[in-house]
Amino acid sequence: MAESRRVRPETPLQRAIAVGVLLYLGAVLVVPLLALAWTAARQAGKVVEGLSQPDAMHALRMSAILAVIAVVVNGTVGVVGGLVLARQRFFGRRVLDSLVDLPMALSPVMIGLAFIALVGRGGWLAPMLDAAGVSVLFNFPGLVVGTVFVTIPFTVREIVLVLDELGDSEEQAAATLGATPWQTFWRVTMPNLRGALEIGVTLTLARSLGEFGAVLVLGGAISQKTQTATTFIHAAMEERQQPAAYGMALILAAISIALLAFLRSRRRAHGQES
Amino acid sequence: MGIQVNHLVKSFGATRVVNDVTFTVNPGELVALLGPSGGGKSTILRIIAGLESSDQGEVWLDNERVDHLHTRDRRIGFVFQHYALFRHMTVADNIAFGLDVRGVPKEKQRKRVGDLLDLMGLSGLDGRLPAQLSGGQRQRVALARALAPEPRLLLLDEPFGAVDAKVREELRRWLRNLHDEFHTTSIFVTHDQEEAFAVSDRVLILNKGRVEQDAAPLDVLDHPATEFVARFVGEVNVLDAVDKDGAVFAGPLSVPVTATGAGKLHVVVRAYDLKFWHAEDGQGIATARRVVPLGDRVRVDAEIDGGVPIFAQFPRRSSLLRGVEPGARLGIEVTHARAWPAP
Repeated sequence: MAESRRVRPETPLQRAIAVGVLLYLGAVLVVPLLALAWTAARQAGKVVEGLSQPDAMHALRMSAILAVIAVVVNGTVGVVGGLVLARQRFFGRRVLDSLVDLPMALSPVMIGLAFIALVGRGGWLAPMLDAAGVSVLFNFPGLVVGTVFVTIPFTVREIVLVLDELGDSEEQAAATLGATPWQTFWRVTMPNLRGALEIGVTLTLARSLGEFGAVLVLGGAISQKTQTATTFIHAAMEERQQPAAYGMALILAAISIALLAFLRSRRRAHGQES
Repeated sequence: MGIQVNHLVKSFGATRVVNDVTFTVNPGELVALLGPSGGGKSTILRIIAGLESSDQGEVWLDNERVDHLHTRDRRIGFVFQHYALFRHMTVADNIAFGLDVRGVPKEKQRKRVGDLLDLMGLSGLDGRLPAQLSGGQRQRVALARALAPEPRLLLLDEPFGAVDAKVREELRRWLRNLHDEFHTTSIFVTHDQEEAFAVSDRVLILNKGRVEQDAAPLDVLDHPATEFVARFVGEVNVLDAVDKDGAVFAGPLSVPVTATGAGKLHVVVRAYDLKFWHAEDGQGIATARRVVPLGDRVRVDAEIDGGVPIFAQFPRRSSLLRGVEPGARLGIEVTHARAWPAP
């Protein structure tokens, strides 16, 4: 990637536009976060107290577990699915390629509702789940389904992008040198996908920690059972436990900013490699 | 260790890119597949390597039919046009790859890699990544990597296409020397005739998926088998001519070819099989248009009376060039030409 040429704003109008953009982004992006941090800091004692309640701890742990599951599942599916989408030509490939983006376009609440229709009372899969004794709705599996679904696109997209850019000549070279497909995958393809996987995982983490609609609808936000960090904030606000809500929001914001910073550093390293 | 290709056919969609190609490469030979792009050269190479499957035909390596074998089991070295080096591996790991995946002991790998680095003039670069190398160095790493597992056949796909002219010259010489030392049976694909002639023992000229000629470089130059070959090789003039009772003329220009009996002809004259000289007043059959210096040679573009363009090349200090300047009247003599019946 070549460094694009940047120029200093020259005319008064250009300068005014630059200042305007800066102020706007500042007002929209930074000021609310500052307000959040300020509000939480002002009542630090109550915030700590609220967060050390068992329900807050449980919600935070639940979010972390869901994020890890989403990363593992979608990381694996992302690499395998990315290889299939980028390297194989089959009937319906283009349709599948578009379908992968569906979770980004759909509202998570809608997705939650769709799953309820599928696994809830009278749903297509309900008899099977009942027979197996698995309860999905308002239970841990419901949270997993919702979180995994909304985070499907991130890793696949990154992997497909990089695979398209790489082409398959290194893999062909490996074959002429006597490598089996397994050796080729682990020694040649995978190392080239490391950067893409890191970026995909980071985006998946950020998205799953922030997920609200799908986990609310599918999990029901039952305290100390299916409540996640985001649904905890929602409940705390309803119950006028503002300090706990601010505290939890601040934790999520801090994690997201850390992930963003990591993402930026990875993208830069990745860009310099090629 | 030779290779035999029999009646190879390959189509992509409705286009037949390889059309009944048959040839043999003898053990230790270095053969060039030469032709315009889209002539099917690379496809033939990829079919031999197993990277592409043929629709029909057979590929034999050392008297063993290999069509059913996977690429990895053919023991073929392949040098890709754009190197295809493993970008996350060091030079040493790239070269060792073919040994490592076959389970060669580490100690032996190190020895072989060291030998190849020396041989290729890459000593001291073993810890570099491909991105830290020049084009010529990358090409040599690709060659070393292909040679490391001691392939029974080396295939090179436009091996010097991606480096600049000067480095290309050096790499050519260097490939020829390497071949003279190891005698690995080799086939390389190129669209550059100078490259084909400079490096190979034998040249196969391909056009539209067919072999037009299979001969030593000198024979291709002196005895082109088809009009295509005559036109493709060297810098040539192609003139429309007629056979008048055994004497062949292109406009006012007499052409020394034996009569063919066909009325209309295409005459192919190489740029160095022509003499131009400054004609006395009122004589000559052409007018000089441009005189272009090309380093050690000079190219003269002229127009035969009647409007047919013709060009010739002369040594820089040739006495024939005296008085030859734009606008000058020229006499022309064709010293050597070939004719094919015009369709």
